[in-house]
Amino acid sequence: MYKIDPAKTELAREFKDKPFGPHSAELQKVLNVMRWEPVEGKYVLVNTVPHKEWCLAQLPGKRGIPVKLHEDVKFTDLGEAEWYIFKMRWKKHTGQDLALD
Amino acid sequence: MKKLLGYCDEISVRPGQDINFKVSSEDAGEFQLDIVHVRCGDDTPSGQGLKETVVKAGVNGSYPARYQWTQVGSFVAVENTAPFALESFTLQCFIWPTLLEKEEQALMGAFNAADKAGYMLGIENGQAVLKVGDGKSVETLASGAAMDERRWYFVAASFDAETGKAYLVQEPLLRYAGDRGKATVESTMKVRPGSGGRFLIAACNDRREGEVIATAHANGRIDAPTVARRALSRATMERLKPRSVPRDVATDVVAMWDFSKEMDGVVAHDISVNRHHGAIVNMPTRATKGWNHDNSEMVWTHKPEHYGAIHFHDDDVYDCGWQTDASWTVPDDLKSGTYCARLTQGDQWFYIPFYVRPHTGKPKARLALLIATASYYAYVNNHMPIGWGSLGEHAGNTFSHLDQVDLHLQMHPEHGLSMYDMHSDGSGVAYASRLRPFLHMGPRDSLWQYNADTHITDWLEEKGIAFDVFTDDDMHEEGVSLLEHYDCVMTTTHPEYYTTEMMHALLHYQDRGGRFIYMGGNGFYWRVAFNPKMPGAMEMRRAEDGMRSWIADGGEYYMSFTGELGGLWRRNGIAPEAICGTGFAAQGFNYGRPYERTAASEDPRAAWIFEGIGRDEKIGDFGTVFGAAAGSEIDSVDFEIGTPPHTLVIAQAMDFGVDFHWVKEEHQHAHSAVNGENNPYVVCDMVFYETPNGGAVFSTSSIAFAGSLAHNNYDNNVSRLLENVVTRFCDPEPIPAP
Repeated sequence: MYKIDPAKTELAREFKDKPFGPHSAELQKVLNVMRWEPVEGKYVLVNTVPHKEWCLAQLPGKRGIPVKLHEDVKFTDLGEAEWYIFKMRWKKHTGQDLALD
Repeated sequence: MKKLLGYCDEISVRPGQDINFKVSSEDAGEFQLDIVHVRCGDDTPSGQGLKETVVKAGVNGSYPARYQWTQVGSFVAVENTAPFALESFTLQCFIWPTLLEKEEQALMGAFNAADKAGYMLGIENGQAVLKVGDGKSVETLASGAAMDERRWYFVAASFDAETGKAYLVQEPLLRYAGDRGKATVESTMKVRPGSGGRFLIAACNDRREGEVIATAHANGRIDAPTVARRALSRATMERLKPRSVPRDVATDVVAMWDFSKEMDGVVAHDISVNRHHGAIVNMPTRATKGWNHDNSEMVWTHKPEHYGAIHFHDDDVYDCGWQTDASWTVPDDLKSGTYCARLTQGDQWFYIPFYVRPHTGKPKARLALLIATASYYAYVNNHMPIGWGSLGEHAGNTFSHLDQVDLHLQMHPEHGLSMYDMHSDGSGVAYASRLRPFLHMGPRDSLWQYNADTHITDWLEEKGIAFDVFTDDDMHEEGVSLLEHYDCVMTTTHPEYYTTEMMHALLHYQDRGGRFIYMGGNGFYWRVAFNPKMPGAMEMRRAEDGMRSWIADGGEYYMSFTGELGGLWRRNGIAPEAICGTGFAAQGFNYGRPYERTAASEDPRAAWIFEGIGRDEKIGDFGTVFGAAAGSEIDSVDFEIGTPPHTLVIAQAMDFGVDFHWVKEEHQHAHSAVNGENNPYVVCDMVFYETPNGGAVFSTSSIAFAGSLAHNNYDNNVSRLLENVVTRFCDPEPIPAP
């Protein structure tokens, strides 16, 4: 199984620049790893104001349990919100904060 | 959260026809209802904005708001209580449990949980139990042996009111090493059964605000439930297993239900001499393998006696059953089109979509727009953003995005599931219904299906092109006799789900010289069925192959409504390529690509389509759906499975990159060359071909196409190209054969 190399920050840069793709094959490998995370506790985005505001949230493991909203982390740009999730998952998989120049 | 919701009893209405609106609100006070004509529902920042016009209608006005409750979960109910008011009894059936973590599940009995009265066989904490209540207290006899999910068991219980002796057997049919899951237990109970009310299978009675409702729904399969009026011996229980009643036991047997009878119906047939038939409520899954299925036959119609199980779910919903709040008779002069009952109350709003069609044979236009309602039903109330987990992110190429509707559906099982969801026990959802509020399917929602289709109505209105509207439901009912009055029939963006009758209607329309515009991608893909005995319901089996959200069990590919093989039309003798020249090729949901003209676009047969468009222009390198005209789900030609040999590929979009995924039904072996970066089949083919009797077909082969029509105030090459096609296709002058 592919492991995300924390030294390959150029891939993170590529995602930051083009969060909705097209993505390179190497970045796709990074994203594939991130997407395999289990559902319960996964960080996702909730569109709290249609087309204007997105809030960080965590998924429950099954139906009937509310999605946990992190009201203190909100975005007005979906691309920035995607980038935030990317950084959180990067840290989870590499153990390192993602710091770009 | 959505606090104001509603639905209507008809999806497509003619002038003069009545339509009834049913509304539920969590807030007190009044709600406002207005009939609106919807031209465009795209209120995204890059869209054309919400364009709706209030129709002068007598039904418009304010109405008292009330909450309307919905019975969720499937079960069988026998309303005649007297024969089941038993003192001594035997209950027996076969079960295939699927959600043992659910603590309390009722299998069969006349038991009321609120009243603590009656008797029932059930599952508690993963074990079979017998419960007897006298109205004051309930005594329980548990097997003491944990069951396994998805393993057949014979379970039976008897009770002798004279001695108080209770007996319970739990016997696995598939034996593993040792006695895992096997138990026979006895006890002496002090209580005697009180009045439990209705006899239910897969649920028990309860009370809600004084009304009797069903609760404690079982998840899994139940086969051959049988009731006797005395405590039978173990040997007699054995004799009743084969779903028939020996004559010497007939006087003891109160009922024996055979779920293999009338597979398309809503009646649970009692095959005992008493004929205590039950009502099957909320569409549990039929035509599922029973305890005695031995793999000798995988088609239920060939051996229905092997398909005597019903798979019940605690989240099945068919008809919400709400009361009517407002009724309207469609005026004779109302033009055919896309309408909604718009509900508002405070900051809450909700749309109830419906369509006004002309009378058959009385067209008001040369063009008919065919609304893909069957495909709407498949997607309505989908829980994908949460329920799909990793699959959703892999397929969608983004991290999961949820909206307020997703949060609502997560907490509200009363709106039911979509065919893209799994039930709470992990089994796939094989049925859909329109008799419930439509969430994720209306104006101001995401640009998918309904709302994306308003890009087409918006464009037609802008261009002043007259059109009549019909739905899939109409075409299924009336076939080609509905379509033949039009020079041209145009689809919406994603006509994915088709019945046999609908496929035949389109084929024969084309054979008769009709012109057909396929405005979408991934069309004519899944075979579905409607059922006259269950109006508003639709069935589908995600059979052998396809881009599937779940996978049907082997031996359960055939639909209960019709006995037809379900699954892909590609595997059912009519590939999409035979309807529109192209079939599902790939999908990707984060960007699109423009089309580029091919050499064939200069062929005089098709050159008129590109009038006003330069030879080297990129067509549709803009748009509100993923930024380009070719995207989302895209199709390509395949001359081996149905594309007519004289088909012209007049434009093609390519170079889709790693994020676009080739459909799985086209590759024989798993490998890594399955995306737009490394697979030559990941392309979008725009095609044109002539059909018999002066007809023709034009296909965009892309869901995203319509999202480009309004770019630059409708002045763009996608709009021009489509206008060229519509103008020619609506001209009755025959299109010459090649």
